[in-house]
Amino acid sequence: MWVILAWWFVFSFLVHLFAVQLNEIVIFGFPLGFYMAAQGSLIAFVVLCFWNAKAQNRIDEEFGVAED
Amino acid sequence: MAYEIGRGGFLANLGKVYGIYTGGFIAFTILLAILEQLGVPNHIIGYAFMFLTIAIYAYIGILSRTTELSEYYVAGRVVPAFYNGMATGADWMSAASFISMAGGLFIAGYNGLGYVVGWTGGYVLVAILLAPYLRKFGQFTVPDFLGTRYEGNVARICGVVVLFCASFTYIVAQTFGIGIITSRFLGIPFEIAIFAGLVGILVCSMLGGMRAVTWTQVAQYIILIIAYLVPVIWLSTQRYGIPIPELTYGQALKQIAELEEQLGIVKHHVAPFTDAQGQFSWTEFHNFWALVLCLMIGTASLPHILMRYFTTPNVRQARESVGWSIFFIFLLYFTAPAYAAFAKLEVYQSVIGQPIASLPAWVQSWSQVGGLLTIADGNGNGVLEVTKYAAAGAVLDLGEIKIHQDIIVLSMPEIAGLPYVISGLVAAGGLAAALSTADGLLLAIANALSHDIYYKMINPNASTVKRLVVARTLLILVALVAAATAATRPSGIIQMVAWAFSLAASGLFAPLVLGIWWKRTTSIGAICGMIAGFGVCLYYLIATHYFGMPLWFGIRNVSSAVFGLPVAFIVTWLVSLVTPEPSKEMQDFVDSIRIPKGEVHGVAAGAHH
Repeated sequence: MWVILAWWFVFSFLVHLFAVQLNEIVIFGFPLGFYMAAQGSLIAFVVLCFWNAKAQNRIDEEFGVAED
Repeated sequence: MAYEIGRGGFLANLGKVYGIYTGGFIAFTILLAILEQLGVPNHIIGYAFMFLTIAIYAYIGILSRTTELSEYYVAGRVVPAFYNGMATGADWMSAASFISMAGGLFIAGYNGLGYVVGWTGGYVLVAILLAPYLRKFGQFTVPDFLGTRYEGNVARICGVVVLFCASFTYIVAQTFGIGIITSRFLGIPFEIAIFAGLVGILVCSMLGGMRAVTWTQVAQYIILIIAYLVPVIWLSTQRYGIPIPELTYGQALKQIAELEEQLGIVKHHVAPFTDAQGQFSWTEFHNFWALVLCLMIGTASLPHILMRYFTTPNVRQARESVGWSIFFIFLLYFTAPAYAAFAKLEVYQSVIGQPIASLPAWVQSWSQVGGLLTIADGNGNGVLEVTKYAAAGAVLDLGEIKIHQDIIVLSMPEIAGLPYVISGLVAAGGLAAALSTADGLLLAIANALSHDIYYKMINPNASTVKRLVVARTLLILVALVAAATAATRPSGIIQMVAWAFSLAASGLFAPLVLGIWWKRTTSIGAICGMIAGFGVCLYYLIATHYFGMPLWFGIRNVSSAVFGLPVAFIVTWLVSLVTPEPSKEMQDFVDSIRIPKGEVHGVAAGAHH
């Protein structure tokens, strides 16, 4: 849980602190700083949510507290 | 799982039902496209899209009408994670996401991306901190949770007040969006269009509570996502030959940069944290973070979203459903920056520099919708030129052309010269987005008033029929007041929605999160925290918007939760420490909602399935 929250913090805030610097790098016409805010972070959020669901469901089963 | 058997027919065939529905909608769009080629006039196509889609929603509403309480409030708790994700997507993506957001990006460039990041990242918080636990708690509304966890009606009322203020602001914005669409595509004046749109909202939500809204929202999601993706994919293919706009708009960004150079626009689209002069600005820098934070926390506090996770069959599915929600939302948000870039490129290339006398028909049609587009030949040379680049609120002022952000998405197909049927499709999508959210919000408000105030506090013996009558009467009243407020045009859609997020974040986030994660939180602490946090936020919003109070630290009032949120947490924490510890039963209750297994302690049996 803390790991996922940490990643959430990274993609919500930390990455964009360096937007100006990242914008110097251009891939396929996208300045990287712009790209991270427009799409990179979003992809990360989707992955984080599914990851969280999977991890939590597994933990519940491991400790025998999952629903019947 | 006895309750699934009766309706197994429908639930088992969800994929088939919605598959046929999607196919039917596509066929209908193609049919209209053919009719357009055969010379059917534009306004008929606009009418066809508006009425057909509303008729579908009303039909679903009638099919799923219900008089059973658990069906009315939580759709019988049988909604599978995947479909609940879709419904949440439609519930969540409103006129702000659909109509306004790409327009905001169009105007603000990088700085507008705060909306994109903020409105998606919040789901990670929902998934980790709230959704599964609220589902385990298993009641009907968010104030239900507050009333139980903080033992009493004071907390419940505070919850209802916050819910009401936030949801009401949000509805006003939706009604405004519906007004724009109906006004433009039915050709009636804006003020009347708002009330016409209202009928559309009520037709859907009056009929069958959460069950109707859930299955309508799934249908609305399908329409809105098709409507949003088609024009962008079309343009991407037309310009760059690849139908994946998220990959190709890098080229558009490049061309925009070149055109900005030529036109002498100093505020670059991709440059982060710049002010109107194109210089790096600490104010913009702070506002970006403030906005991202407020929107994320707001996402995790808005009752109409949280209550969607009450409808899944179990905790496991509640978690998965958050994943699906953000995935379906992501499909649109991921595309919005491309939409904005294509629209900007089209405006720079095919509008700017044209002789004013020969501007195409869409300019004329949009100019008639209440001041959303104005063109004035400032220097009298008959050519549309860019003389400045200034954003005044929700309007972009390029000197000789002023564009309101809320028409960018809707007018882009016409600006780019796509067939009119695409415009009709986009309008239907915008309408679906605004209606679905308005329905969810109205339901949240009406449920809170009828369930939490009327049933739990005023008349606990009320019969089911009476409770539903009360709920529906309140629904109409709230809708009417919201429409009247929207007719005064308080601000742009996206700003109003951001206010709603700030209000919800300051009032509800602290008591919800601390209620689940800190057993020491006391009732008095939570109540004081809610009042203080919400009060600060509301004060800042009203004082700066209506009474011209100077901004604190330059933070715009769309992010007023930046002040309300810490106040709410600190007050809750301090007051909790000086008041007696919650009872053993309450601590057991908190423990019991944190694990998926077993009964919920301390809540009336029977309410929990």
